[in-house]
Amino acid sequence: MPKGILGKKVGMTQIFTEAGIAIPVTVVEAGPCLVVQKRTPENDGYSAVQLGFGEKRENLLNKPTKGHLAKAGVRPVRFLRELKVENLDEYQVGQEIKADIFAQGEKVDVVGTSKGRGFAGGIKRHNFHRGPMAHGSKYHRRPGSSAPKGPARTFKGRKLPGHMGVDRVTVQNLEVVKVDAERNLLAIKGAVPGPRGGLVMVKNSVKAK
Amino acid sequence: MNLIQSLEQEQIKKDIPAFKPGDTVKVHYKVIEGTRERIQVFEGVVIRRRGGGMSETFTVRRVTYGVGVERTIPLHAPKIDKIEVVRRGKVRRARLYYLRALRGKKARIKELTTR
Repeated sequence: MPKGILGKKVGMTQIFTEAGIAIPVTVVEAGPCLVVQKRTPENDGYSAVQLGFGEKRENLLNKPTKGHLAKAGVRPVRFLRELKVENLDEYQVGQEIKADIFAQGEKVDVVGTSKGRGFAGGIKRHNFHRGPMAHGSKYHRRPGSSAPKGPARTFKGRKLPGHMGVDRVTVQNLEVVKVDAERNLLAIKGAVPGPRGGLVMVKNSVKAK
Repeated sequence: MNLIQSLEQEQIKKDIPAFKPGDTVKVHYKVIEGTRERIQVFEGVVIRRRGGGMSETFTVRRVTYGVGVERTIPLHAPKIDKIEVVRRGKVRRARLYYLRALRGKKARIKELTTR
């Protein structure tokens, strides 16, 4: 059963196992999330649930969102995101989803928005090599040739400097090291995309057996 | 205090004695040999302390049979049974890397005498 939750990246720390090994973890404040809407195959052509997360003052909501939330009968939420599910019967509109849907040791995928790098050069953006820094060279961090001579044109998709970051990034197969159901916290092994305080979605891993 | 700090507070050991670079310490750490657990002592000079919170580590240096041995140990590792301060040293910097190049009499550290 696909399951997921929206959360906020809190930051990184480390946790010692009983064997005394330090594990780097990212702490995610996951949930509580509310089921705001169900997307049905009859109505929408696919099945998903719309989850709401975060708090927002009532007067900040615009009228369409207010009406949308009032239909589900839920409190104002800051973020609305959809999660594809197979079996819609497991969810009811208005239902609350908490961090305890995940258990310790489970594998998850985490979706986030990567940190913005602005206009980045080829070296940072595409792992280009740089030119020599000395011995009379003036060719340091430039992108190099943009095409061979033969076609006499530049192929589409040529890697060049440009805007980097603020992309949707999924990191797969991370382990849930600890679940704090009371405070709705998940400790996930390794790094998670995005800045601290950024919105992330934690889903059960598509690759896990 | 932010959430990360308060989470770390739960794991941080409170019974660690105050020690600084230059001090000589005895680190009692648990070693698992097969099935049984025993405690091993590593005595030496603290040459640095780095990091903060949960991830703070310290490095202990000792010279055995003419070979310098350094161990970097997480301060809050559960494997550490206890840390004993044997001697307080008087040093003028925070990272005592210069000790690596010295041996014998020159590698001594003056004892800190408090008035």
